[in-house]
Amino acid sequence: MNQEILDRLRMDDRFPHILCPGCGIGSAMNAMIRAIAESGLTNDDICIISGIGCSSRVPGYIDADTFHTLHGRAIPSATGVKLAHPDKEMIIIAGDGDLLAIGGNHFIHAARRNLDMTVILINNHNYGMTGGQYSPTTPQGKRAKTAPYGCVERAFDACEMGIGSGAVFVARSTTYHTPHLKGLIKQAMKKNGFALVEVISQCPTLYGRLNRMGDAVKMLEYFKENSITVSQVKEPKDAEGKIVIGVLHDIEAPEYYESYRKVCEHAQRR
Amino acid sequence: MQGNIACAEGALAAGCQYYAGYPITPSSEIMEHLSNRLPEVNGVFMQMEDEIASICSMIGASWAGAKAMTATSGPGFSLMLEGLGYALMTETPCVIVNIQRAGPATGQATRPGQSDIMQARWGAHGDYRIIGLSPWSVQEMYDLTIKAFNLAEQYRVPVILLADEVVGHLKESFIIKPELEIFIRDSTMTDKPFGTEQDDGVPPMPAFGQGAKLLVTGSTHNQFGIRKVADPKVQDILVNRLCNKIDRHKKEICETESYLTDDAEYLFVSFGISARSAYAVVKQLRNQGIKAGLLRYKTIWPFDEDELKQTAQNCKMIFVPEMNRGQLVLEIQRVLCDKQVISIPKTQGEAIYPSEISNEFKKYTT
Ligand SMILES: Cc1ncc(C[n+]2csc(CCOP(=O)(O)OP(=O)(O)O)c2C)c(N)n1
Repeated sequence: MNQEILDRLRMDDRFPHILCPGCGIGSAMNAMIRAIAESGLTNDDICIISGIGCSSRVPGYIDADTFHTLHGRAIPSATGVKLAHPDKEMIIIAGDGDLLAIGGNHFIHAARRNLDMTVILINNHNYGMTGGQYSPTTPQGKRAKTAPYGCVERAFDACEMGIGSGAVFVARSTTYHTPHLKGLIKQAMKKNGFALVEVISQCPTLYGRLNRMGDAVKMLEYFKENSITVSQVKEPKDAEGKIVIGVLHDIEAPEYYESYRKVCEHAQRR
Repeated sequence: MQGNIACAEGALAAGCQYYAGYPITPSSEIMEHLSNRLPEVNGVFMQMEDEIASICSMIGASWAGAKAMTATSGPGFSLMLEGLGYALMTETPCVIVNIQRAGPATGQATRPGQSDIMQARWGAHGDYRIIGLSPWSVQEMYDLTIKAFNLAEQYRVPVILLADEVVGHLKESFIIKPELEIFIRDSTMTDKPFGTEQDDGVPPMPAFGQGAKLLVTGSTHNQFGIRKVADPKVQDILVNRLCNKIDRHKKEICETESYLTDDAEYLFVSFGISARSAYAVVKQLRNQGIKAGLLRYKTIWPFDEDELKQTAQNCKMIFVPEMNRGQLVLEIQRVLCDKQVISIPKTQGEAIYPSEISNEFKKYTT
């Protein structure tokens, strides 16, 4: 492993890690650490926050201030940390169940509020930690432990949800495109406001097996072959059945803490 | 001044820098007042999307080094129990104000109750101890809010101010002491922010950003914060310390007040606004030459058993008026199992009146 990555980790009895062979979470974590390093941030500059799930175990491996909160509650917990400590770079790692089901309400409201934080959603299309039940991103018809006949529900598009809720930066990549992913995470961290990066990831042990998608390599090949960049989408039908990767949304809007500071100044002048 | 406003001012006096909440009757005046006042003192006020978010963001702010508070009532308090458990497990100092109303569920939103005291004690899952305080006046809405912050910071535990709609909306004058005792959290840098040598200690709590590279988790963890989710010994050590650090410091934490109990034959035991009615009854009975006294619990949790045993030693009968179906009485019957302990419950969503208490008293004594 690259020394630059090793230096960022807690090298104690936490390794070997808990992730299954072929899991995509490690690739996402690797991209995140490189993005932090290349952004010139030290481990003291950041706070890594998660809820509960396989994806949410990432903070425990990183030698920084880390906050492993309740299932779905990473964003409100980060909100308190950020507002009491505005200088810290908040990075949130979440699974699709964590962010969009139990934490869905927090997600849309944080996007609306536009407090400066970067949310990395590791979307493996199922609840990994609890054994592969269907999640809000399981595509309709796909199998999961609690959808043995195929998922009846329609899936959320997390990026559309983020855009619709007011996020100022929304991007998507996959665990196949890790250098691309790293670049997006860097951009997201640099953005002053609520930023979302969705990482389409493989769970070969559960979702992959239940849907006969082959091993991790097969799943990565699928990501490679079925991804299309934002600029390649000329008309809506180009994106049908594809994973659209790249920066989907990038706008300017007042950041929450800065606006709140103005309120304080006003209150104090009165 | 109104009780809820006194509570908000008490929080500011204690150094509260972060408030997060979600509006709910009869607690909303606290957040309204703080939305005005916190920006004046460079504090942060947040109206969150629900009570779950409120308590979680308060916990986050506390780990970032701020003194933090939230306020709510029944339905909101129920939503906060998840976060309460997390605060207990991670030993996060914070203050939760519950202006109790009549329940269950939406119940009577504008009417008082004291029916959340057992929920406050037992509502989160797992084994733990909390601290619960019960004010009976506007003065105590101020004083006990300050005390709640001090205890939270000292013992690294969530402290619940178990007030009710009557004290919350009561208007009385009160005294702001020019000099306050304010406890400052021990934030010494350490690599063991989650364990102590003693089995009842409170470890120092460095904040995020201090360079301690904290591992804060609600999973079972060792003294370093490292998850140990299958180690029987670590679970045992942690859970017992969480309880011992409160149980073994009852003498320092608990506060009760006794009125005319020295020679009392009949003892009233109560808390909050109900104790105020009981006090009126005690004075009436004394005027009639009946030896009655009152023991009032300002600290409900942890429950001070010794004080009760001592005070009740020579009493013939014990009466427990409260605005619920009989909750604190269970503790009192447990401790005084050889005495006649009579519950005087009131479940009508209104304050218990002195006449109601004295009528019940007469039933048992004549
Ligand atoms: C309140 C609550 N409900 C349920 C659980 C059980 N649980 C733990 S992780 C998880 C889902 C994890 O799925 P996801 O968020 O998609 O993350 P992944 O494990 O796939 O990375 C659930 C339901 C919990 N910890 N807390």
